[in-house]
Amino acid sequence: MSNDTSDVIVVGAGVVGAACAYYAARDGLSVTVVDRGPVAGGTTGAGEGNLLVSDKEPGPELELALLSTRLWRELARELPAPIEYEAKGGLVVASDAPALAALRKFAAAQAGAGVTAGEIPADRLHDVEPHLSPGLGGGFRYPQDAQVQPALAAAHLLRASGARVRTGEEVTAVLTGANGRVRGVRTAAGELYAPSVVNAAGTWGGEVARLAGGHLPVLPRRGFVLVTEPLPRVVRHKVYAADYVADVASGSAALQTSAVVEGTPAGPVLIGASRERVGYDRTLSVEVLRRLAAQATALFPVLAGVRAMRTYAGFRPYLPDHLPAIGPDPRVPGLLHACGHEGAGIGLAPATGLALARLLAGAEPPLDLGPFGPGRFAPAG
Amino acid sequence: MPGSPSEPYDLVVIGAGPAGLAGAATAARLGLSVAVLDAAAQVGGQYFRHPAPGLGAARPQAVHHNWAAFTGLRRRFAASGATYLAGHHVWTVTREDEAAWSVHALAGEDGGTGTGGGTRTDGSRAATGSGTGGGGTAAGRGGHEDGRAVGADRDRGGSDADADREGRTGSDADGECEGSTGAGTDGEREGRTGAGTDGEREGRTGAGIAGFRERPVRLRCRAVLLATGASERQLPFPGWTLPGVVGAGGAQAMLKSGLVLPGRRIVVAGSGPLLLAVASSLAAAGARVPAVAEASGYLGYARRPRALAANPRKLLEAAVHGTALLRHRIPLHTRSAVTRVHGTDRVEAVTLSRLDRDWRPVSGTGRRIACDALAVGHGLAPQTELATGLGCATRRTPDGTHALVLDGLQETSVPGLWAAGETGGTGGWELARVEGELAGIAVAARLRARPALTRGRRVRDLAGRRDRMRAFAHAMAAAHAPGPGWTAWLDDDTDVCRCEEVTAGSIREAVTALGARDSRTVKLFTRAGMGWCQGRMCGAAVACLAASGTARGTVPDAAERRPLAVPVPLGSLAAGPEEPGDG
Repeated sequence: MSNDTSDVIVVGAGVVGAACAYYAARDGLSVTVVDRGPVAGGTTGAGEGNLLVSDKEPGPELELALLSTRLWRELARELPAPIEYEAKGGLVVASDAPALAALRKFAAAQAGAGVTAGEIPADRLHDVEPHLSPGLGGGFRYPQDAQVQPALAAAHLLRASGARVRTGEEVTAVLTGANGRVRGVRTAAGELYAPSVVNAAGTWGGEVARLAGGHLPVLPRRGFVLVTEPLPRVVRHKVYAADYVADVASGSAALQTSAVVEGTPAGPVLIGASRERVGYDRTLSVEVLRRLAAQATALFPVLAGVRAMRTYAGFRPYLPDHLPAIGPDPRVPGLLHACGHEGAGIGLAPATGLALARLLAGAEPPLDLGPFGPGRFAPAG
Repeated sequence: MPGSPSEPYDLVVIGAGPAGLAGAATAARLGLSVAVLDAAAQVGGQYFRHPAPGLGAARPQAVHHNWAAFTGLRRRFAASGATYLAGHHVWTVTREDEAAWSVHALAGEDGGTGTGGGTRTDGSRAATGSGTGGGGTAAGRGGHEDGRAVGADRDRGGSDADADREGRTGSDADGECEGSTGAGTDGEREGRTGAGTDGEREGRTGAGIAGFRERPVRLRCRAVLLATGASERQLPFPGWTLPGVVGAGGAQAMLKSGLVLPGRRIVVAGSGPLLLAVASSLAAAGARVPAVAEASGYLGYARRPRALAANPRKLLEAAVHGTALLRHRIPLHTRSAVTRVHGTDRVEAVTLSRLDRDWRPVSGTGRRIACDALAVGHGLAPQTELATGLGCATRRTPDGTHALVLDGLQETSVPGLWAAGETGGTGGWELARVEGELAGIAVAARLRARPALTRGRRVRDLAGRRDRMRAFAHAMAAAHAPGPGWTAWLDDDTDVCRCEEVTAGSIREAVTALGARDSRTVKLFTRAGMGWCQGRMCGAAVACLAASGTARGTVPDAAERRPLAVPVPLGSLAAGPEEPGDG
């Protein structure tokens, strides 16, 4: 097969595009990955690498997350190089007894869907996380929650896929034949041909859909991460306050912050998570940092004297119902979407890639993709 | 009072080097309310770094050929009525609305308030002293710390960062290429960090964990002048992390502030006119300098005779240093570089190699030179993170650094933000002073709606001098631009990022195997640049290695973004003032 022709073109070299390439290649397809930036240059590179089930209520996203959790465990073994996979577990803490009761109800519902969660009473919280603030109401531990280093994960998935990777090449058009079927893409460097094109452009997926004549209302939802100086392990789990779940599920454009605190193998502690819809504005917001720092130090008072070394912003690909778009475009044959994972793209990538690969092979996907159908956003009329 | 939320300053100047002092004095004289923030305990920036009075060094002019110019500037600043805030580390600048900015800083224990760099500065230094055992001593040791920076032991935890930074910030020269200002962002922290003993260092790190006392400060203003200077650029080589390897600017800074030599037999290497100044200063202070290795040839200057002819003073300075080299019998080796440092616990010798036109070592030319220290630097890189965080456009200088794009009256591409001195490209203290004055006039003209101010003869004269000196800076940068072949002197196991111990080999692997093509992606894959110095030390080298896999060759990518210009304790962030109208 010539250099400019392959079985499938994946637009986007983030973790979702990399997972699509990996599973498609494993099914024997030849894959070309195109990205206008570098590998992991968008939301993937700005992520914390969370593989979470704890923050998801029973439903299609949780199913996708549970499948992904299993796949990440496999990948951590299969990939030839370390991706800093850590099955460290999550700890959701409640500020008081009523908040703990709400958590208990949430965890019970999750248990029916296959999530493992164990209650940690207030007097045992410090056995689990010694540096937590005193006076909290208790919490729930989620052993299935894990973490990878997202940029490395994407890079190693891509490398293991054997796909041809063309970075720094922006897709300027999606090519279609006389029958309206996709036949490739045009980039600044020329035309690339394939009978299938996967839109894994993340937050920029709406633009790629538009190039093809499709429609996906992906919007950026900004988040800041604070990174501290390297520390010995003072935070063992991924720890967050119960109100995080409500923030994730909210559709508000206004600023929401809820501390999500975790250590990393390299030493720095990462502190998220803020959400606001302000377009692609990277300008530092002192107010966001103030709130994140205040919430993180409320959870872990020991962090008050620790320095934040850097901060960065990322743009979550937000779709109005908080579910990703996975599957064929209803109007453009040959175009498939795999984007809009909001803040959960790292966690949901393998299941998304596997499902896409099955679709490309004409096989049954590993789970019901109905709720993720890109057609749900078809404009009226 | 200006600075309170209800009444902002007209102008906040960040950096109290020649650019900042000139800009502040000029603006204040034209009737603006002005505050100057600087990280150091006393004004002067990097170029006019001088011993703290407690040291008892009676004649700072002994190491400053232009001392009178500085004292004049300092006097004008003191008389101008501008507010001077020493020991203030600016971590970010944010825009509040079309006509208002917020400058966010941490006031360390050395922070003090004064007017025009006068007596209150001394008061604040005394406060520093109480923390570290004698203000003068602390500053003196700070200088020592500076000089050790490049070879600093990386196991020292917290203070290491400051040491690294200091090493780079050094800078300056009595020659053409001084890193005049420097202050402001991550410049001189020796007031706090200069404590010399390990015990004191530990103490500080421990205090950090327990809640280091840094007060968050926010100044509101209608215009900002960035005069944050430059930092020294380093290119790694095998052995560069050995104790005894110091920044060339750092060595100079040691002499200026602490009057300490980094060794007795000191090789000076790298590129740029700073090297000649450093070598002659070291020799004058009593060191033996067995060799000066300049990686470029000097032919580059000859290709731009017009820029030379328009700047006779620069030629005179070069001649002064050249004469000093002759007098001290210091051999100057052009197209040569130190390609390896030898020693077990500290520097014992270096290998000096000839370079080809591309800076690739010519095999078989290496020869060993015994020494106990190496002062090395590859020019200066503008400190622009506060500006790039606000979206200011940058340009690539002929020697591969990134400088702010400025208009004829020193305004950046973001209206309301001005810059002067090295932030617009390395050019020296005189250029910085001229640009500072221009900026001060321009800000006053804008804020007071007096456009006529910028049409006067003074502005024409200043702009002319600036343009002449900028032309010379351009020629100088071109003459000393690193050649793409320098990476050939790296072994695969040479640490490029010292903070995270990332080797050249792992960076090359990220490029060849994982497809990294820019320093941000290399950082994501390898952690190079994620450590204490946030890539200030290794950024130039990583960018070159990353770009080596691309068609662009070794052209580094865009200016780096560092939204936090200095580390900020979470407790200080959390206590920070709420932004009115946000959220």
